[in-house]
Amino acid sequence: MNETWIALKELGENRMAAVGIVIIVFLVFVAFFAPFFSPHDPLEQNLEKRLLASNGEYPFGTDELGRCIFSRVMYGTRISLEIGVVVVGITALIGTILGVISGYYGGIVDEIIMRAVDVVLAFPGIILALVIAGLLGPGLFNVILALAVTHWPAYTRLVRGMTLSVKEKEFVEAARALRASNFYIMRRHILPNCINPVIVLATLGIAHTIIFAAALSFLGLGIQPPTPEWGSMLKAGIPYLRTAPFLTFFPGIMIMITVLAFNFLGDGLRDTLDPRAKEMIMMKK
Amino acid sequence: MLKYILKRLLLVFVVVLGVTVVTFSAMHLAPGDPAEMIAVARYGEDLTQEEIEWVRATEGLDAPVYIQYLGWLEHVLRLDLGKSLITYEDVLGEILTRIPATLVLAISSLILSLLIALPAGIISAIRKNTIVDNACMTGALLGVSMPNFWLGLLLIWLFALSLGLLPSFGYGSIKHLILPTITLGPSMSAITTRPTRSSMLDVLNQDYIVTAKAKGLDERTILLKHALKNAMLPVITFVGLQLGFLLGGAVIVETIFAWPGIGRLLVDSIYARDFALIQGCVLFIAVIFALANLAVDVLYAYLDPRIRYEKK
Amino acid sequence: MTLLRIEDLRVYFNARGRIVKANDGVDLEIEETEILGLIGETGCGKSILGRAIMGLLSENVEIGGRIIYKGENLLELCEARMRQIRGKEIGMMLQNPSTSLNPVLTVGEQIAEVYRYHEGVGKEEAKKKAADMLKLVGMDPKRMDEYPHQFSGGMKQRVMIAIGLALNPRILIADEPTTGLDSSMKKQILDLMSGLIKSRDVSMLLITHDLEVAKGVCNRIAVMYAGELLEIAPAEKLLSEPKHPYTQDLLDSLPRMGLNPIPGESPSLSSPPAGCRFHPRCRCRSDKCSEKHPDMIGIEAETYVRCFLYKNDKSKG
Repeated sequence: MNETWIALKELGENRMAAVGIVIIVFLVFVAFFAPFFSPHDPLEQNLEKRLLASNGEYPFGTDELGRCIFSRVMYGTRISLEIGVVVVGITALIGTILGVISGYYGGIVDEIIMRAVDVVLAFPGIILALVIAGLLGPGLFNVILALAVTHWPAYTRLVRGMTLSVKEKEFVEAARALRASNFYIMRRHILPNCINPVIVLATLGIAHTIIFAAALSFLGLGIQPPTPEWGSMLKAGIPYLRTAPFLTFFPGIMIMITVLAFNFLGDGLRDTLDPRAKEMIMMKK
Repeated sequence: MLKYILKRLLLVFVVVLGVTVVTFSAMHLAPGDPAEMIAVARYGEDLTQEEIEWVRATEGLDAPVYIQYLGWLEHVLRLDLGKSLITYEDVLGEILTRIPATLVLAISSLILSLLIALPAGIISAIRKNTIVDNACMTGALLGVSMPNFWLGLLLIWLFALSLGLLPSFGYGSIKHLILPTITLGPSMSAITTRPTRSSMLDVLNQDYIVTAKAKGLDERTILLKHALKNAMLPVITFVGLQLGFLLGGAVIVETIFAWPGIGRLLVDSIYARDFALIQGCVLFIAVIFALANLAVDVLYAYLDPRIRYEKK
Repeated sequence: MTLLRIEDLRVYFNARGRIVKANDGVDLEIEETEILGLIGETGCGKSILGRAIMGLLSENVEIGGRIIYKGENLLELCEARMRQIRGKEIGMMLQNPSTSLNPVLTVGEQIAEVYRYHEGVGKEEAKKKAADMLKLVGMDPKRMDEYPHQFSGGMKQRVMIAIGLALNPRILIADEPTTGLDSSMKKQILDLMSGLIKSRDVSMLLITHDLEVAKGVCNRIAVMYAGELLEIAPAEKLLSEPKHPYTQDLLDSLPRMGLNPIPGESPSLSSPPAGCRFHPRCRCRSDKCSEKHPDMIGIEAETYVRCFLYKNDKSKG
C-alpha cells in the first residue's frame, strides 16, 4: 500500500503526468455531464442557421446542418472515451491472459498464440482495422471489434516476455517445489510482475485507440452521422474547409488534446513505474 | 545467413496466408449477400433475382467458403489475383499502376521523418535533461498525438486554400508532393525520436565510450565514430516497424490528398465492396510489409559485425 | 621520484538527495617506474579513484583536493588539455574487456585511431604501428581486421593492454585487469603487463579486489576501505606483516590462509560509521574507535596506517 502511495506521489510530481490527469478528469466530467452543460441538442438541426461562426448562442458556431458544434464536440467526448476504454479493457485483458499462458506453458500453445500474434502484427494495424471495419460495415460494435482484433498482440508479446523471465526466478521455483498449482503461480507470482508495464501500455493504448477510431470514422468506415463523433465531424467539414474551417478545427483539436492527455499520463507512468529509469548513473556517460 | 533468410521467408509465407484467411473470413462474415452487392455495384438498384443468381454462379459464390478460398489461393500461386468484380480490371495490373505513387510518398516521408528524428533524438541524448531535450521530447509527444488526417486538413486550409501556395490535391509534380509529405513525415519522426534518444543514451553509458574517452579522443570523434554507429543499429529495426505506420498513414493521406496510390485503391475498393480488389490489396500490402521488414533485418545483420561474423 | 601526487582527493556524488562519498580525503603518490596496487572490496571507491585521475567522472559529481601530474593540477585543467593527457601521458584499461571494446569497430582500428588522433600520422602508418602493438602483446597482427566478439576474453584483454600502452604513456591505470579470466590466463596477462611496464619504464596503478593479483607484481600496495585509505606499505612488508586489522583480515580471508571471511558488510558510502570507518567490523576496536576518526600516520619507513593501535614515528607524520 505504501508503495502505491509513493508511486502516486511521484506521479503527481511528474508535471506532464499531472497535466494529463487533469485533462482526463476534465474530459470524463464533460462526457458524463454533456446533457446538462451542452447548450443545444447535438442532433437538432436548424437549416436557417447553417455554418455560422462562433457567436453568443453557438460558442463554436454551427455546422452544415445548423447543429451546434460546441454541443456535438461535447457529446463526441463520450464516444471517443467509450471506444478507448472498452477496446483497451478487452484487449489488455485478453492479451495479458494469452501472454501469461503462452509464456508459462510454452510448447505448442505458445507456438499457436505467437503465430496468431505474428499474423496480426504482419499488417499495419490501421489497415487491418480498416479492412475489418470496412467489410463488417460501419457501427460502434464493428469499430470496437476491428480495433480489438488489431490491438491485443501488443499485450500478449509484452506479457509473454515478462512471464518468460519471471518464470525462471527462484521464488517461482520455490512455489513449484511447494506444489503450488499453475493457476496459483500465474496469479500470485507472474501477473503482479507484469502489471506495471501493462498499465503503461494500456494508457498509451487508449491514446492509440482514440486516434484509430477517429481515423476510421474520418474515412467513413466507423461511427456514422448523425452521431456526434470527432472523426466523422472532420469528414463532414471537408467540403466547407474554405468557407467554414471551424467545422474541422474544433473536432480536430479535441482529438489532439484527448490523445495528448493519455500520452502524457502514459509517459509519466512509464517514468514512475519503470524501475530501470530510476537507476542513477554514477559513471560518466 | 542464407538459412536464416529462408526460414524467415517461410514464416512470411505462413503469416501472409494467415492474413488472407482473416480477410477472407471477414468478407464472408460481412452482413448482406455478396452476390447481390456485386450485382448492385455493377448494374444498379433495379435487379431481378436471376441477375443476382447469375452473378453468384459466374463469380463462384455458390461454392462453400473454403472452396472459394482454395480456388483463389490457387490462382494467387500462379500470380493471378483475379479481376475486379466491378470494373473487370486485372487486380494485379491495377495494383502495379498504383505502386509508384505510394512509393514516392513513402520515400519522401521517410526521408523527412529521419531528417527530423535522428538529429532530434541524438541531440536530446547528448543534452539530456536540458531545455533542448525537453523541447524535443514534448515536440515528439505532440507529434504522436496529432491525428494526421487533421494535420492534412489544416495544411490544405493554410497553404492551399488561404495562402494559395500549393495545390490541395492531385499527383504529378514536386509541388503536389509537399503537403502529403509534411502530413506524413513529421508524425512518423515523432515515433522514431524517442527510440533514437534512448538508444543513444544507452550507448553513451557503455564502457567502450569510456575507453574512447580514456584514449583522449575528442567529443566529436567519440560521438560520430564510437557512439553513432552503435546507436543506429536498434534504430534501423525501428525504422522497419515504421514502414507499417508509413503504409497505414499512406491510406489516410492518400485519401485526403486524392493521391493515386495503393492506400487509396484499398479504401476505394472497400467503399465499393470489391472483394477481389480488397483481397488483392491486402495480400500485396502484407507481402510488401513482410519483405520490407525482412530486408531491414538482413540490413541490420549486415551492419552489425556481431551477427555478420556469427559463424566462422 | 614522484610522478603523480594525489592530495586530499574528495569525490562526492549526489544521488537522489544523498551524498555518496566515494573518495573521502585520499592521499596517494605514484612513483616513477613503480607498480602500485590499490586494493579494496567492491564498492569501496577504488575505481572512482582511477576515473578521477583521468577526469572521467560524470557531471553530477563534486571533486575536491588536487591531483598533481608534472606540476599541473589535473582537476583544474580544461577539457582540451586533459584530452592531450589521456592516452598519451596516462593510459587506462577498464575492467571487463568484453564491454570496454567497441563492438562495431575492428580491433586494429581501435588501436590505430589513437596514433592518428594523437600523433597525426596517416592511415597506413597508424595501421602499421597498431600491428606492431598487437605483436608486442603477443597477438597475430593478421587478426587486426577482426571484431572484438571474435576474440576470447584473454585476447580482448591483450587488446586493451595494447590500447592502454599504445602511446607509451608514463602511467597506466589498470582497473581489475584480470576479472573473468581463469587463473592460468590471469597469470599470463599479469606477466605480460608487468613485463611490458618494466621494459618501457612505465608506472602502473593496479586496481583490484584480489590480493593474489597484487601480490606477484606490485612494488607497493595501498588498501582502501569505504572511500579512504587504511594502509600504504611496500608490497612484501604489507603481505608479511600487515599493520591495520582490516589488512590482516583481508589476508586471512585469502583461500590459502584458510578462507576466513571478514564478519559484517562494507558500509554504505552515503552514511559511513562515525569514528574509524572499519570499527563495526574490527576485532581490535576500543571505545575511542567509534568516537574519533583516526589520521593516517607514518609508523615505519614508507609505511602508513590509519589506526589508533599505532603511534606516529618520527620518520613521517
